[in-house]
Amino acid sequence: MQASSKIPTDVSYLEYEGKHKGLRAWIFSTDHKRIGLLYLYSMMTLFLVGVILGLAMRFELIAPGKTIMDAKDYNAVFTVHGVIMIFMIVIPGLPAVFGNFMLPIMIGAKDVAFPKLNLLSWWVYIAGAFLVITSVLFGDGSPDTGWTFYAPYSFKTGANMLPAIFGAFVLGFSSILTGLNFIVTMHRMRAPGMTWTKMPLFPWSLYGTAWIQLLATPIVGITLVLVALERIFGIGVFDPALGGDPILYQHLFWIYSHPAVYVMILPAMGAISEIIPTFSQKHIFGYKVLVVSTLAIAFIGYFVWGHHMFTSGMSGTAQYTFSILTFLVAIPSAIKVFNWISTMYKGSINVQTPFYWAASFIFVFMIGGLSGLVVGALATNVYLHDTAFVVAHFHFIVFGGVGFSFFGAIHYWFPKMFGRMYDATWANIGWLIFTIGFLALYSPMFYLGMQGMPRRYYDYLEEFHAANILSTLGSWVMTLGLIIVIINLFRSAKSGPIAVANPWNGKTLEWTVPSPPPVENFDEIPEYQEKDGPYEYQ
Amino acid sequence: MYILASTQASNFVTGVDRAFIFILAVSFFFLIALTAVMIYFIFKYNRKRHPKAVQIKGSSLLELVWTVIPTILVLIMFYYGWAGWKPMKTAPDDSFEITVVGRMWNFTFEYDNGRRTDTLFVPKDQPVKLNLRSMDVIHSVFIPAFRVKEDVVPGSEKFMWFTPTNEGIYELFCTEYCGLQHSYMYNWVKVMPQDDFNKWYTDTTQQVASAEVDSPAAAGKRIMTNIGCFACHSIDGSKIIGPSFKGIYGHEVTVKTGGSERTITVDDEYIKRSIYEPEADIVDGFNKGLMQSYQGQLSDSDVEQIIEYLKTLQ
Repeated sequence: MQASSKIPTDVSYLEYEGKHKGLRAWIFSTDHKRIGLLYLYSMMTLFLVGVILGLAMRFELIAPGKTIMDAKDYNAVFTVHGVIMIFMIVIPGLPAVFGNFMLPIMIGAKDVAFPKLNLLSWWVYIAGAFLVITSVLFGDGSPDTGWTFYAPYSFKTGANMLPAIFGAFVLGFSSILTGLNFIVTMHRMRAPGMTWTKMPLFPWSLYGTAWIQLLATPIVGITLVLVALERIFGIGVFDPALGGDPILYQHLFWIYSHPAVYVMILPAMGAISEIIPTFSQKHIFGYKVLVVSTLAIAFIGYFVWGHHMFTSGMSGTAQYTFSILTFLVAIPSAIKVFNWISTMYKGSINVQTPFYWAASFIFVFMIGGLSGLVVGALATNVYLHDTAFVVAHFHFIVFGGVGFSFFGAIHYWFPKMFGRMYDATWANIGWLIFTIGFLALYSPMFYLGMQGMPRRYYDYLEEFHAANILSTLGSWVMTLGLIIVIINLFRSAKSGPIAVANPWNGKTLEWTVPSPPPVENFDEIPEYQEKDGPYEYQ
Repeated sequence: MYILASTQASNFVTGVDRAFIFILAVSFFFLIALTAVMIYFIFKYNRKRHPKAVQIKGSSLLELVWTVIPTILVLIMFYYGWAGWKPMKTAPDDSFEITVVGRMWNFTFEYDNGRRTDTLFVPKDQPVKLNLRSMDVIHSVFIPAFRVKEDVVPGSEKFMWFTPTNEGIYELFCTEYCGLQHSYMYNWVKVMPQDDFNKWYTDTTQQVASAEVDSPAAAGKRIMTNIGCFACHSIDGSKIIGPSFKGIYGHEVTVKTGGSERTITVDDEYIKRSIYEPEADIVDGFNKGLMQSYQGQLSDSDVEQIIEYLKTLQ
């Protein structure tokens, strides 16, 4: 901060370069906004890799038997697809991009609490991603365990597992550091007068998320280390041949990886809680209830991991305890949906692209959540566990939930981030095609699971053919929509009409600074008076 | 949709399907109702029709209502799920027991009288208990028509049970990802009337699997069938996952040992090493890491019989 007097207040963060120039002014920048964009571009690149792998998988499944690849390649493709999408896209996802960019501005701060640590998080992220990619490019055979790395298969397979496991381990550190940074930022750097109950809901969702990142990620870290040691030295923690317990692995893995689902979805819910009031021009319905439900989800979410293991032979008591807790964690999510829809009631709804994404988010999130009830009950779970139904369920939540919210958020904050407006016509066309494709891609998997088709199947019996064809066609439609959305955003970032500071008439603090914001966000740190608040539209 | 999607053939179907119907009915109701309300609001309170928003910050009564009602509904869902699942956990004492052995990548079914099959034969209207054993990694037995599934975990002794209620042939899938041939790891379940089953069970003329074999080569073939060698190695010269066994004995092959290539003749010692230490020599043109060691599963005399069988495949 020693240079703060020299930083001009009338130059946007996009133009100001500091002591480095060109690319180095980005990759060595400690400005939270530039780091947010670094994450955005790195994630976009990795996301396209994940999408291509997903398309390849869907194409293979268009017909029984071999279509384009062998079983070995298929197994590697779904593993790398899962690892990239989970560990590199949806877990860091909204916090890393919009959290970094918007959190300090939304709470009236000049940056996060530890800007250098923030830059380090991005470098650690890139290092982890690079390690995972090396496991594909070098060595004997790409990882083929699925993203869950289940023991004992994960230390018996001859594939090149160690770089992938180590990469996921490194990515965990990026997540922990970001979580730590955000917690301190929110505790220490809120604008004067912004009490906890006046903090906007997107920062609140990041707060709940950050605690999960901080507390749960170390568990998966140590678990992955144990798998690596099992592979290298045969330490016998998970290997039944040496007296170990493969089920212990599943417990440790899901103690992290279930809360990780809330790391993904909470910020997505947070972004929706910003978009809906802005476009309804109305105070969010039930602010305090939404805050409490965020914290309740983050808290109860720690205690439901066992629902991934109903068929792996836990005691009966453990099984129904996990089942009932799973049902309880559904309640705060349901409450959020009721409050979002109620926010629209008697609003003055400006139906723009971000609102389309937000409304369709509610729809796909309801499908994802309600199908979660189907797999949360014991009897139905036993039938559906590890079938295509589960694949449909978590794609509706993780891709439907996080993806729709992410695209809503990027259109919502686009004018702020890039200082230009997107082309609304193409944005809406892209949204419509994407949504139709999404539903056609994943809905048939519910049916396939009901029919009894197991997941992670390279080949299948003829009775499962029809629904698989529809699903593959859906993947093409969705990708077309995706391409339209992305090209439109790129073109608009370069040559869209110049955006005003507050194009949507939003009330949160990011709309009070110029678009794009200056390097240090605020000339003067804003102050909240008694009557001020993030959703005061009077 | 569900009832059309899967056949119904065991004592658990009623309980499981009741849970399905209740949860799906409630879910569809809320999905449709909430979506309809949302679309109505978006239409009715569109800026064109409703230029000025009415500020409403919340309602404690509504929050209470939509906390309590969903809580009651999910507790009922939990109950149906629990009620349909509970009987799966205790097998009746008079169950007919069959051991299921899972390995990469097939299941075999072992009966008390020594029969071994790759189709699960079960009597109708008789409780059947499957004792689940794995030789390598985790597998999972899933019989959709019976609504049952349980993981087969190495090093642990688990079971599943059911009473088949309808004659017929049903699918049995492996539902825990177990590597290369996972999607081909499915078998058939044949439900027979009690009389037919007894006839089948005691019919020694068909009892190929446990019959005294007259030659070591025949014994070798039986062992290899049972442990699933032929899932990856053909006997007709075609390439599947590993090298074909046709004409392999006594011929030269190029292998990679460590990092270096060498040519060796397939003899007793090489075959034994390939079974016990499959990673030691990798035949040119094939990948390592695909075969597990059978050390501990096969005795030296088993291997000798396998070698005798391989000698016949010229």
